[in-house]
Amino acid sequence: MAKVSVETVDHLARLARLSLTAEERGLFARQIEEILGYAESIQALDTDAVEPMSHARTVASLREDTPVAGLERQAALADAPDPADGLFRVPRVIGG
Amino acid sequence: MSSAAREDGLAKYEPVIGLEVHCQLLTKTKLFCGCLNRFGDAPNSNVCPVCLGLPGALPVLNRHAVTLALRAALATQCAVQPRSIFARKNYFYPDLPKGYQISQYERPLATDGFVEILVGGEARHVGIHRIHMEEDAGKLLHEGFAWSGEKSGVDLNRAGVPLIEIVTHPTLRSPEEAHAYLDALRSILLHAEVSDVNMEEGSLRCDANVSVRLRGATLLGTRTEIKNLNSFRNVERAIHHEIARQIATLEAGGRIVQETLLWNAERGETVSMRSKEDAQDYRYFPEPDLPPLVVDDAWIASVRATLPEFAAAKRRRFVAEYGLPDYDAGVLTESREVADYFEAAAKGSGNPKAASNWIMTELLRALKDDARPLSEAPVRAEGLAAMIRLIDAGTISGKIAKDVFEEMWTSGEAAEAIVKRKGWTQVSDEAAIAAAVAAVIAASPEQVATWRSGKTSTMGWFVGQVMKRMGGKANPKVVNALLQKALEA
Ligand SMILES: [Zn+2]
Repeated sequence: MAKVSVETVDHLARLARLSLTAEERGLFARQIEEILGYAESIQALDTDAVEPMSHARTVASLREDTPVAGLERQAALADAPDPADGLFRVPRVIGG
Repeated sequence: MSSAAREDGLAKYEPVIGLEVHCQLLTKTKLFCGCLNRFGDAPNSNVCPVCLGLPGALPVLNRHAVTLALRAALATQCAVQPRSIFARKNYFYPDLPKGYQISQYERPLATDGFVEILVGGEARHVGIHRIHMEEDAGKLLHEGFAWSGEKSGVDLNRAGVPLIEIVTHPTLRSPEEAHAYLDALRSILLHAEVSDVNMEEGSLRCDANVSVRLRGATLLGTRTEIKNLNSFRNVERAIHHEIARQIATLEAGGRIVQETLLWNAERGETVSMRSKEDAQDYRYFPEPDLPPLVVDDAWIASVRATLPEFAAAKRRRFVAEYGLPDYDAGVLTESREVADYFEAAAKGSGNPKAASNWIMTELLRALKDDARPLSEAPVRAEGLAAMIRLIDAGTISGKIAKDVFEEMWTSGEAAEAIVKRKGWTQVSDEAAIAAAVAAVIAASPEQVATWRSGKTSTMGWFVGQVMKRMGGKANPKVVNALLQKALEA
């Protein structure tokens, strides 16, 4: 069965911008191991001749290129924690 | 770095360049929602639950965006994949409301195409690795507000705008080639009406991957990626700079670190953006809210049927159909307007080579002198064709025609009217010309003796004398023939 290290959990937490306690790191490592173990048991099946299915519907329904009214700006910003001058505001970020 | 040092470096190392171009599609609405795709509106005025990433909102793909992406794919000779899959590219940044960008990863829309460029007059194919569809992110505003020192503003009008990313193989070998490729690609995207390809407004953006390797080596060197290239000129400058930097690093015994660099145009240098420890790990997975995109042959055929003819194909056709030299065909197909003008003038005059000459010399020069676009040229293709017919019919000489052209340009009159008004009709009347020839020979005994002693290179002088007597209007062919006869007598 796949072994999930605490370092892997730390990496995932960093990607997800989560800060975890020592207790949570151990807990999540065990839980992720269980999930991967379940996936491994499915992977044991021979699926060579099966097209991967990631969606219940097989063909996309498409939209015509026709404008639809969205949200008024006030409504769009209504639940934002820190709006000003018609913008969402976030701590200063610089660079790409 | 001195240019001598640069040349030494390039004798030893070979640059390897690949480009990634992001291009906004000319749709009315965004990729997955009905919000307007429009530049310059008040911030956050074209937004809805889908492009704001509000919980429960579901994306629905814009058919026209796919059609435009297909136009780009076919125009660059790519193979369209019958089934392509959207994926989530996960990362956190304030301009990305959902915490992921919907893109295509393992199964892009199109693969394996090429763009033809001209390098030193030679046609060369730049291989396209893939074209995929994705949504744009929003825009961050770092300046212009009282609070700009501590905070950044987020405008999500651009979030969800449809993009294609066009990725080349690492087959470009110089910054100049990179520039030529971008020019050719821009022309294709513009004429295919895929995008307005406006770099200032960000509808075309370019990143460059650059590495160097010892000449003759088969393995690629470690590459760096340069971002923030806001003009084709800056793409070229930044690649030059990066090639020199990498060669200097290697020559000093250092090694290249795989990293992302930002180009600083004012300082003319690249700045490291993030190091390898921070290397992005996007955890791509198939977008569960969007089923696979299926493109059938009928769709591809209908797109192909409406594509215009592109510069490279036109260049070949001008050579084959009109018998033009490669050089002429290259100049005339640089812009569609000039190419159309040429075709009209070639057909109207029945003399394609003459039409090409007049356009490449007189017309393009006059436009440049006046700083006018071709659409405002006072001499239209039909007018030029009529003038060429006058030359070919022997009504005016090629020399007089230059004056006629100038007069057409300034007065807007037709060639025939000008020739009539000015009395510029060429004289082909043999008797009149013979009289002038006789007069010149009688007046120039020394020159005649010189000619008869074998210095026939003075023929031009005699022609000039006859022309002078006839006010420049004599048919040069007749003058030559009669002079020859008289001198040999
Ligand atoms: Zn929207």
